[in-house]
Amino acid sequence: MIKARVTVTLKNGVLDPQGKAIEGALGTLGFADVGHVRQGKVFDLELNSADRAKAEADLKAMCEKLLANTVIENYAVEIA
Amino acid sequence: MKSAVVLLPGLNRDRDMIAALTKIGGTPPATVWQTDTDIPDVDLIVIPGGFSYGDYLRCGAIAARMPVIRAVAEKAEQGVRVIGVCNGFQILLEAGLLPGALMRNASLRFVCREVRLEVTNADTVFTRGYQPGQIIRCPVAHHDGNYFADAETLARLEGEGRVAFRYAEGTNPNGSLNDIAGIVNQAGNVLGLMPHPENLIEAAHGGTDGRALFESALRREAA
Repeated sequence: MIKARVTVTLKNGVLDPQGKAIEGALGTLGFADVGHVRQGKVFDLELNSADRAKAEADLKAMCEKLLANTVIENYAVEIA
Repeated sequence: MKSAVVLLPGLNRDRDMIAALTKIGGTPPATVWQTDTDIPDVDLIVIPGGFSYGDYLRCGAIAARMPVIRAVAEKAEQGVRVIGVCNGFQILLEAGLLPGALMRNASLRFVCREVRLEVTNADTVFTRGYQPGQIIRCPVAHHDGNYFADAETLARLEGEGRVAFRYAEGTNPNGSLNDIAGIVNQAGNVLGLMPHPENLIEAAHGGTDGRALFESALRREAA
């Protein structure tokens, strides 16, 4: 079995009101050093396969087709 | 003109939409379910608003991958008119039938109120019942209506007159780029909009400004 982690983040230049709200809340808690905060998503997947090359290609396709909205998001695939 | 309404788990504006199409079109629309791959022969397909699949992953993301939406895309390709309202707009974007994306409202709040819309392009099959630049009343109710597209897409939409509706000055409820409230596809037969015209079609609603949109869409001859 292959374990993989997909990270989806907002592209630069895309407004992230949720990240902004978190940034403000961290400031309120006294974390004065906090600069910009951007919120993203993490997906942990298990694939019933031993073929790493195929897994990587499949994971990319999953990101393009569903996990990320490439209009506003970037993605990164990590295979354990 | 015959119409159909797409039903998906989690939508909640379907009954309002069916009522509006029945009252304006004279006959009740057909309904199609998420797993249907065949859509009956109709002239207009509407995807209503709500929270399909609980807004999981991204608003409209799961719905956009269901068989019925593939069938809607095929019909749209053949020239059938398609309207997506609110969650329906989000689904059309996620399905790639319209460009751009709808993000969380800039205020981070769910907004449920009346706004004013400018009919930016009154030369589409959906808006020809209005005057160019006409300001109409329309309710909105959403958490993710903040329209975003890259600069190039935005310039193309504006240049090709594909912004059908804009929030009138001072009423943008969500931070939408260029105050965009509704857009059409390049062929002009697919409209997506965040506001709910189906909720302002008879005196009991307190106004009828939404009526002309459905009357236009249900009129056979081209714009």
